[in-house]
Amino acid sequence: MTFLTLSGVNKTFGDTVAVSDFNLSIEPGEFVSFLGPSGCGKTTTLRMVAGFEQPTGGVVTLAGEDITHARPSKRDVGMVFQSYALFPNMTVAENIGFGLKVKDVDKTEINSRVKELLDLISMPDKLKSYPHELSGGQQQRVALARALAIRPKVLLLDEPLSALDAKIRDELRNEIRRIQRQLDITTIYVTHDQEEALALSDRVVVMSRGLIEQVGTPFEIYNYPTTDFVASFVGRLNRIPATVVDQQRGSLDSGGHTIETGNPLNASNARKVDVLLRPEELELDGHDSNRMPGTVTSVTFLGSIVRATVDVGSASLTVDLFNERLLTLPTTGQIVTVTFPPHACWVPN
Amino acid sequence: MTIGAAPSKAKETSTGDVRRSFAARAWPWFIVVVGVGYWVLPLVGTFRLSLRQGGVYSFKAWELILANPRFVPAFIESVVNALAAIVVSLVVVVPTAYWVTLKLPKLRPIIEFVTLLPFVIPGVVLVFALIRLYSSPPLLLTSTYFSTRMVMICAYAALSFPYVYRSVDNGLRSINVRALTEAAQSLGAGWPTILGKVIFPNLRVALLSGALLTFAIVLGELTIALYMGQHTLGPFMADIVRNQPFQAAALTLMVFSLTWVAMGMIAFITNRAGRTQ
Repeated sequence: MTFLTLSGVNKTFGDTVAVSDFNLSIEPGEFVSFLGPSGCGKTTTLRMVAGFEQPTGGVVTLAGEDITHARPSKRDVGMVFQSYALFPNMTVAENIGFGLKVKDVDKTEINSRVKELLDLISMPDKLKSYPHELSGGQQQRVALARALAIRPKVLLLDEPLSALDAKIRDELRNEIRRIQRQLDITTIYVTHDQEEALALSDRVVVMSRGLIEQVGTPFEIYNYPTTDFVASFVGRLNRIPATVVDQQRGSLDSGGHTIETGNPLNASNARKVDVLLRPEELELDGHDSNRMPGTVTSVTFLGSIVRATVDVGSASLTVDLFNERLLTLPTTGQIVTVTFPPHACWVPN
Repeated sequence: MTIGAAPSKAKETSTGDVRRSFAARAWPWFIVVVGVGYWVLPLVGTFRLSLRQGGVYSFKAWELILANPRFVPAFIESVVNALAAIVVSLVVVVPTAYWVTLKLPKLRPIIEFVTLLPFVIPGVVLVFALIRLYSSPPLLLTSTYFSTRMVMICAYAALSFPYVYRSVDNGLRSINVRALTEAAQSLGAGWPTILGKVIFPNLRVALLSGALLTFAIVLGELTIALYMGQHTLGPFMADIVRNQPFQAAALTLMVFSLTWVAMGMIAFITNRAGRTQ
């Protein structure tokens, strides 16, 4: 059973197409992220679900009801904004209780609901504080509680962590996931940060220029990208220009070195293509069958990984090595052989 | 500097620095003294003049003004007009500025220009334009004293637009209007709730300063009131100035100090609100 569906939804602003032919079905309790660069239409799509933008065409349904043209106030969606958007003239308790008060809920019930939510966001003592007395992270927690107070059918989050610093961002990210699991609430999360999308989501929708590029689990999106865009937008990627030598066997040639992919290729013989490889699939002087000699041009120590750049003639390759105490750090100028297994290669059409 | 001596910044500055800093410090004081002289001396003169009714120092002129049977009604009428103009102005300006900020940001320069028109159009032109427009059918509104007064209140509201629009617009810029509105909408609030519970309270300071400026303008306004035949403080003052120099001085100071009380209130409330936010 799908809970929230967008069918053939599109949106144009004047001559600009913001979103075109967006189709997605979301299950109840599912956490879905919209991931893409700015201007890809992810926020516009979210705002159409919230009712702040009217689709130019298409249908949005929520729990079996057509809400395409329903007013935002009649949709039962909870919204969390990048800018928190807490009401500055109200206390934390009044902010959280606002939606219930608008709905004429009994005062004692509001109070108990507010207490419940303050416990949920681990801020039971901030009842009477004003938003300006809270840190950014705390404000966003309150905004989350305010959105949840009305028991919305869907929770929408529009880049909620973008205004926070790294440490708070990680903390709050885990908090959001915990609360979402605990309440089992259907959630759409808009972000341009791939790490957030991968860490939080049941499914990720990668968007570019108003179109869906790929929908899949974080594992699928990262390891089995279906388009060139997804492959290069999510994670780092090496690109080796090569010529197809044997389409059936999956052999290519790059600057005199043979690359075996082990699978038949879509491109015909003698076509020029790119071989795509994740940095963590590459090794220095390993045992894998694909081998490309080159010179180390830079080494960056990043803590858990060591990132080396190797010039192999036809390309400059980024190689991520897992750090361990016994690791011998490569040095700039060192001659090495970059090795990788056939299954690590991906050749888009 | 000797070892062990307490570090002292003052001792380290050379005499040249001291001399320069003396000049730097004296200059603002000079300006303050000249400025205060320029603004305060006329007030002192006016005050002295107001005490000379009958040739001896006394508060006779002040007493005469307060005892004048036209003064209190004129004063009350002006205050009521001012309050009414504030209400009209806010009712027109706040939703307009809000809507422009939220939905029509491209219109902002045009609206700003329109609100500045009262600065450009002289009061005399405004009043004759109003009289011409509203004294013949189909818009015959100047037939009675009361309806003329309504027209005048609306004219005052228009005069206040430059001040009120600017302060409301500043207020709106200082809050995230769009996000606050959308947050309230998604929580189920309709337009009256959004305006009344979210937008208005957060514009409190801006509304207040706009309102008090309007109050100050309307209280002493002469041109429009005169040509519309209204018995407000402006024409009353003009009358007194023509015939009673000593009482005119007293009256001027009264209205002047009232305006200053209004200004002081703006400063006080803005300050306090600034501290709590």
